[in-house]
Amino acid sequence: MRGSITQETLRQLRKNKTALFGLFLVALLVFTGVFAPFVAPHNPYKADLDISLQPPSTQYWLGTDEEGRDVLSRIIYGARISLKVGIIASSISLMIGALLGLIAGFFRGWIETIIMRFTDVMFGFPALLFMIGITAAVPRPSIEVAMLAIGLVSWPGMARIMRSQVLTVVDREYVIAARSLGYSKLRIIFRHVLPNSLAPVVVAFTMSIAGAVMAEASLSFIGLGAQPPEPSWGSMIAFGRVHLRGEWWISVFPGIAIALMVIGFNLFGEGLRDALDPTMRSKTK
Amino acid sequence: MLQYILKRFAQLVPVILGIILLTFILMYIVPGDPVLSMVGERYDEETLELLREQFHLNDPLWKQFGHYLWGLAHGDLGVSFVSQKPVTDMILERFPATMLLAVGAMVVSILLGISVGIISSIKPHSWIDRTSMGFALIGVSAPVFWVGLLLVIGARYVGWPYLTGYGCLPYLILPAITLGTRSAAFLARVTRANMLEVLSQDYVRTAKAKGLSNFIVVTKHALKNTLIPVITIIGVDFGSYLSGAVLTESIFNWPGIGRLALTAILKRDFPVIQGAVLVTALVFVTANFVVDILYGVIDPRIRVQKESNAR
Repeated sequence: MRGSITQETLRQLRKNKTALFGLFLVALLVFTGVFAPFVAPHNPYKADLDISLQPPSTQYWLGTDEEGRDVLSRIIYGARISLKVGIIASSISLMIGALLGLIAGFFRGWIETIIMRFTDVMFGFPALLFMIGITAAVPRPSIEVAMLAIGLVSWPGMARIMRSQVLTVVDREYVIAARSLGYSKLRIIFRHVLPNSLAPVVVAFTMSIAGAVMAEASLSFIGLGAQPPEPSWGSMIAFGRVHLRGEWWISVFPGIAIALMVIGFNLFGEGLRDALDPTMRSKTK
Repeated sequence: MLQYILKRFAQLVPVILGIILLTFILMYIVPGDPVLSMVGERYDEETLELLREQFHLNDPLWKQFGHYLWGLAHGDLGVSFVSQKPVTDMILERFPATMLLAVGAMVVSILLGISVGIISSIKPHSWIDRTSMGFALIGVSAPVFWVGLLLVIGARYVGWPYLTGYGCLPYLILPAITLGTRSAAFLARVTRANMLEVLSQDYVRTAKAKGLSNFIVVTKHALKNTLIPVITIIGVDFGSYLSGAVLTESIFNWPGIGRLALTAILKRDFPVIQGAVLVTALVFVTANFVVDILYGVIDPRIRVQKESNAR
């Protein structure tokens, strides 16, 4: 049964060219990130003031920055940071959101009311300000703190999706059957409810990676994420700010990288959503 | 209708109380002595104690919260650790700038988003549609601050003089486009999708069969029915502009709440952070509340559905 769903999903995905393009972008960026030492033409950390602020050329494809570091190589290494933050931060919010949504949808009653009201409160908070607040509260900002902050702030959407999915699943025949067989609640939750509620959460997870990548870039842009000399895309853009008059390449190219990664995860997520559930067809297509 | 509004309002109250409580707790659990950050390097124990007493920092948590609530009820958000000015005044001073920016961004996103969405939907899969949807995809995916920097580069290139500053309307243009781009792109995608759905409805076919011109069909029959979901997005986006304004305001030196919050955070000026976050969150939930009410007014079906869904 589960195998056939996976096969059907894959079949649907293969037909969807936009989703495949998204997957291609993601795969490309993952590849460059993982094999950065082999792909990057230069050392991303090596400063050489003799070649600072060089425009794009055949030797330095995307130019060099203030300290004479190769922009392309830094972007390639930066993919590692973005992917790491995107995946770990989204996993944190997935765990918090899915767990709370599962509890709220399964147990109902006052537990649900408390959890969902708390979710509403979290939803009401200006997300970026909240993340900035958390990263600024610790003595020394770092990429790990940024990751945690993004994860701690981004879960409410996940919780809402999980709860509404669980609400439809708990009324299905197989759950009622499991209940009437006298199975324990834990067994029903983890064997029957959870596996059948995961599909929309997986979609939300894919898209939340895009959101986390964007959030990391924003935090690093302000100086509250990755610290120098780490080649985070957001901080590269920030350092290029002073050179906007002439040396535009320092800021422009990392921004393209961010946009590509966000587009990749979003398109793939949308494709996954359409493939998993035709009735949820994206309205924005 | 009144019942619907009251019900929504009843849901709003605990959320607002929760937001107040959470902002308070967040500032309380932050490590580090706020008084220390206030006096800087040179201090003596006596002054510290005096300041702690002054800001009620020696009281138990619940008492501090009560004090905070009492102040809030009187419109008092505390005093800035850094400038020693009342936070309420500081926020009120910056509020018009942020509102102006948000309204500007909303105008950009409505004008650009809805028109691009409509143009795209009239000839789906044409090159116009593909190009504009391509741009919309980029607009949704590009970081706000990067869009802002691109605009600055472009504006410098053409010699546009109003780059960063505040005071006259031309200064608003670049920040408003920066902040509005993302929601314009999103709005364009949603408008297009809804238009396509509406254009395939029976009443549109009837209108066309009556021999009405394409223009009349699109503007009078299709657009009206497309606007309902679009209005929601505009409202929700408006609330989020206040939060997104942090980056835009810092790029363009715009003297709004976002930049106030950012400098406060970097200086660990807790009462100001607390106030800015609280005000932003309140505006956000209020905007959502207004949207929900509007939604119920425009489309009675929603009202009935939500009433029956409400537990």
